[in-house]
Amino acid sequence: MSFRLEPRADASLALKLTVSLAAGLAALLLVALPVLLAGGNPLNAYALIIQGAFGSMFAFSETLNRATPLILTGLAAAVAFRARLWNIGAEGQLYIGALAAIMVGSGLLAMPPALLIPTVMIAGFLAGGMMMVIPAILKQRFGADEVVITLLLNFVVILLVQMLIEGPLKDPLSMGWPQSVPLLAEARFDKLVPRLRMHWGLVVGLVAAVLLWLMVRKTVLGFEIKAVGENHAAARFAGIPVNATMLKVALLSGGLAGLAGVGEVAGVKGYLSSDLSPGFGYTGIVVAMLAGLSPIGTVFAALFVAAVFVGADSMSRATGISNYLADLVVALSLLCVLVGSFFVRFRVHHEPDAALARRR
Amino acid sequence: MDVLFDIFGSANFWAAAVRIATPLIFGVLGALLCERAGVLNLGIEGIFVAGAMAGWIAVWLGAGLWGGVLVAALAGAVFGLLHAMLTVILGLSQHVSGIGITLLATSLSYFTYRTALPSVTSPPRITPFQPIAIPGLSDLPLIGPALFAQTPLTWLAFALVAVIALLLYRTPLGLAIRAVGDNPAAVEAQGLSVQGLRIGAVVAGSALMALGGAFLTLSAFDAFFFGMVNGRGWICIALVVFASWQPGKALLGALLFGAFDAFQIRLQAEIGQVVPGQVFLMLPYLLSILALVLVARRADYPRALLQPWFKGQRH
Amino acid sequence: MQDNQIVLSLEGITKRFGALMANDQLDLTLRSGEILALLGENGAGKTTLMNILFGHYVQDEGVVRVAGKVLPPGSPGAALAAGVGMVHQHFALAENLTGFDNIRLGTEPLMRLGSSRAAARRKVEQIMGESGLEVDLDRRVAALTVGEKQRVEILKALYRNVRVLILDEPTAVLTPQEAEGLFAVLRRLAANGLGVIFISHKLGEVLAVSHRILVLRGGRKAGELVTAQADRRAIADLMVGKSVAELKRTAPEPGKTLVEFRDVSLMRGVARAPLVHANFTLRAGEIVGVAGVSGNGQAAIAALLSGLALPSSGQVLLDGAPVTSADPRALVTAGVARMPEDRQHDGVVGTMSVADNIAIEEVRRRPFARMGFLNRKAMRQRALDAIAAYDIRCPGPDAEARLLSGGNVQKLILARVLEREPKIILANQPTRGLDVGAQAEVHRRIIAARDRGAAVLVISEDLDELFALADRFLVVHAGEVTDAGPSTALDRSTVGLLMAGHINTAAPAIPA
Repeated sequence: MSFRLEPRADASLALKLTVSLAAGLAALLLVALPVLLAGGNPLNAYALIIQGAFGSMFAFSETLNRATPLILTGLAAAVAFRARLWNIGAEGQLYIGALAAIMVGSGLLAMPPALLIPTVMIAGFLAGGMMMVIPAILKQRFGADEVVITLLLNFVVILLVQMLIEGPLKDPLSMGWPQSVPLLAEARFDKLVPRLRMHWGLVVGLVAAVLLWLMVRKTVLGFEIKAVGENHAAARFAGIPVNATMLKVALLSGGLAGLAGVGEVAGVKGYLSSDLSPGFGYTGIVVAMLAGLSPIGTVFAALFVAAVFVGADSMSRATGISNYLADLVVALSLLCVLVGSFFVRFRVHHEPDAALARRR
Repeated sequence: MDVLFDIFGSANFWAAAVRIATPLIFGVLGALLCERAGVLNLGIEGIFVAGAMAGWIAVWLGAGLWGGVLVAALAGAVFGLLHAMLTVILGLSQHVSGIGITLLATSLSYFTYRTALPSVTSPPRITPFQPIAIPGLSDLPLIGPALFAQTPLTWLAFALVAVIALLLYRTPLGLAIRAVGDNPAAVEAQGLSVQGLRIGAVVAGSALMALGGAFLTLSAFDAFFFGMVNGRGWICIALVVFASWQPGKALLGALLFGAFDAFQIRLQAEIGQVVPGQVFLMLPYLLSILALVLVARRADYPRALLQPWFKGQRH
Repeated sequence: MQDNQIVLSLEGITKRFGALMANDQLDLTLRSGEILALLGENGAGKTTLMNILFGHYVQDEGVVRVAGKVLPPGSPGAALAAGVGMVHQHFALAENLTGFDNIRLGTEPLMRLGSSRAAARRKVEQIMGESGLEVDLDRRVAALTVGEKQRVEILKALYRNVRVLILDEPTAVLTPQEAEGLFAVLRRLAANGLGVIFISHKLGEVLAVSHRILVLRGGRKAGELVTAQADRRAIADLMVGKSVAELKRTAPEPGKTLVEFRDVSLMRGVARAPLVHANFTLRAGEIVGVAGVSGNGQAAIAALLSGLALPSSGQVLLDGAPVTSADPRALVTAGVARMPEDRQHDGVVGTMSVADNIAIEEVRRRPFARMGFLNRKAMRQRALDAIAAYDIRCPGPDAEARLLSGGNVQKLILARVLEREPKIILANQPTRGLDVGAQAEVHRRIIAARDRGAAVLVISEDLDELFALADRFLVVHAGEVTDAGPSTALDRSTVGLLMAGHINTAAPAIPA
């Protein structure tokens, strides 16, 4: 082959940003094909998506509302992937976090909101965190691959939730509809703006992003996580406790996903049902990858992905094109950003095959 | 005890076990082929969905059942090729690419289905493969119905176990595939193409995975449902480790799993009033996790699994 | 077979890696029946040249001819078909397959349905008989010794009827005696008409085995001579380019015991080969060399002194106090400087900066950290000082460590561990893969540390290095440690016998 790859000495922030943006745009362009096949007009569809996501105060609020859990699951994936811990279980961690919120905040504890809300959040964080600590321990103790285990645990957790909301946690007033007892009013997140659905969970997400950025850049823990993730043999040799560091990452990652579940229960629904998340956990992986695993970038990537979902819903109502188009955009974004990462890592040189001809 | 005796003594149970095992056999064989060559294919879950959808829609549009099987295999091969391009040629993360393939294959299948059938409440049906009873053999007690009264796709799955085993252990190509998953440098030094072998294995393996999906819509059921794959692909990834990357053990693992699943379904019917149904539904996933944890330490992972290889790279 | 026929010629080969000129207009001819040594320091361009010949790299300029025909560049398959075989420094074997399967790999058309094992078997056994290369063909390669793996590699080439056999640093993993066995095989093969290229940086063995020597330096041909007429001194000067100053080393003045291994065994865990009932001491102001074929217990000693493992039985005492936990930080605090065997893999995190890698062992302590937050300014300053004091060639303290050459990575590690004025130093393969300049610098630092009063343990596969540095020798074989005594009373062959496990001959071997 006449192409030669040369690892880049340094990839600039501008290059990384360009790659992420280009990946998002490429994904949007690629879905023109399915839109055409479905009999739609791609330009029209794009316009409707943008309008549906940003066209009004209500639309924008819905986009922010949709972005809230995605910021947190995105951070969950970002912090784990940075340490090369493959947490694909954010979906289950989200549900277990929501479950913990219900168990603690639906009447078990009677406290004023100033205490109950933090308690519910901590419970959700810890529950989600434990859901990732377990696979991390299984990996350390038994060498069991965390990818498959976290994936399988997603199914287990959702069944567990179904079992509980049809059993002990069933809301007697729900008229047979499987949903849990409601969260106490004291445990619920306030709306940020009256009559719009976006809530304080968004602030939680933004604060988490900033804290994570601080941790990555400024703290010893961030340093150690990076060392362990990039080269665990060298980290171990240098005396960094590799296993303990990984468990911290697992707790943090699962915890953030658990908080996403708390937010959906306390900020949006008020109760737990088995359709709480339309795949926020899996989509968080895409968000994190689009953000290049950067905590601050995660916020923007979550916004983009949320806009695609919210916009596609409204586009679908107007044109009849299936809103699975949004999932298609998200999947394509992931693959495009992955291809983009190749160009961040390598410079590709074209080499004319002149070696034979140029003798002296 | 009577309950257990009733279950294990029923021919129905053993037939169900083999039926449940069939898609897993396809999936495990596919994953095994990819991983033997050094490529983890987490696209499997999505490829199952794509195979199920593509096979079904081909038949629904008028193709024959075997035409549907072929279309499903082709769909799997296409996604396999994409995964191979990303991970083998560009050397990108096999984890991320696999998840991406799963998301893409799933959403594309759902989108296509919704586009083809915009507003149906109950999915349209096709006439699926029918069981073929082999005269004489199918009358044997217990194993007769289990082994000799199945649909042709089950026969195909069993046959493929033998084919893959022969390929891996009895042909020069199989030797090269086993070597490339262990040490690509050894393969390149012998003048073979690492990339070529890996791409071939991933494409073929992905086609096999898609057959597992096609079995669901063309044989086990007669329609396509959202969420019908339900983690079967991930279970196959766990079963490959359990099977130590050997086709024979893969068959055994899939059959054990099928038997267990058939057992829990029947047990649920017996004691379902006492224990919530979800507990039984969880068991297959928990069993997969347990199997993985038990064998992981001793597992003989292909040494080059997850390791990209660039032609002429320094060792 | 007609003698003196040219089987291989390389003409005007040039290869650049970025700014580095790895090969610059190199010419080479090889005749059948000839053993040609390609001699040069690390980084002289030997391996690059052979990788071009074998098609792993594509040259920028020049042609390769095998038996007069031009070889298409960049194709190992074409090189093999033309009759060129290569035994790599790192074996290219699939460890999950048997030796026999590795030999057969790629020798039959891939799409053939069956495979003709019986015929292949007869051919391999015939070659084994003719060449004297004995190996158990039916064992998985993972279970073979290093020497056996090398024999499989050579058989692989011979099975393909090669006319040219290239061996890249084949003796690096062998005892002196095993190396002798290999030389005998090579002479036999050459006598049967094979052309052999023998790549090495060890002068002694090149003189022992080759007919002709080609010396490379800095990617260029530094000289070409017939071995029988060669002068040792002259070749050494050709290799290095200038006369190397001998290391100056005063007699040791051992002080108190700083390290004691008391009946130490390490059975499992980090080290592949165990250590059994090891007893030895290390005293202030002396350098002790550990000689041995790789994989005989060195890794266990290194792991114990690095804080990566605890003994399964027995005790390791540092300055009289037993080591109680497998914690590298505890050893760092106790004053141990540790240089890892594989410096690129265990020594640095490639994607972190030079400053980060210098601070990494002490990142939790002041001045690098306060209340869990990093003090980047202090880390940077320390790095700037280290770069100046240790002459680390890099774009700056913020450059990623993966951009550094091997020699500069080793200087970075020296800066990291020596700045604390450690009492005990573990130098594991301290100069493997370094060029002469960097080698001399590392040796100078180690001797200076000894003169300052540090106890130094040098583990090396290079006997010349050990003879240059060590005041006293330990030899490891099959996990057992033998104290071979002061280096002034030892010679290479005595150490070689000990390395091969001939304990009895080890007794006071005072040379005449």
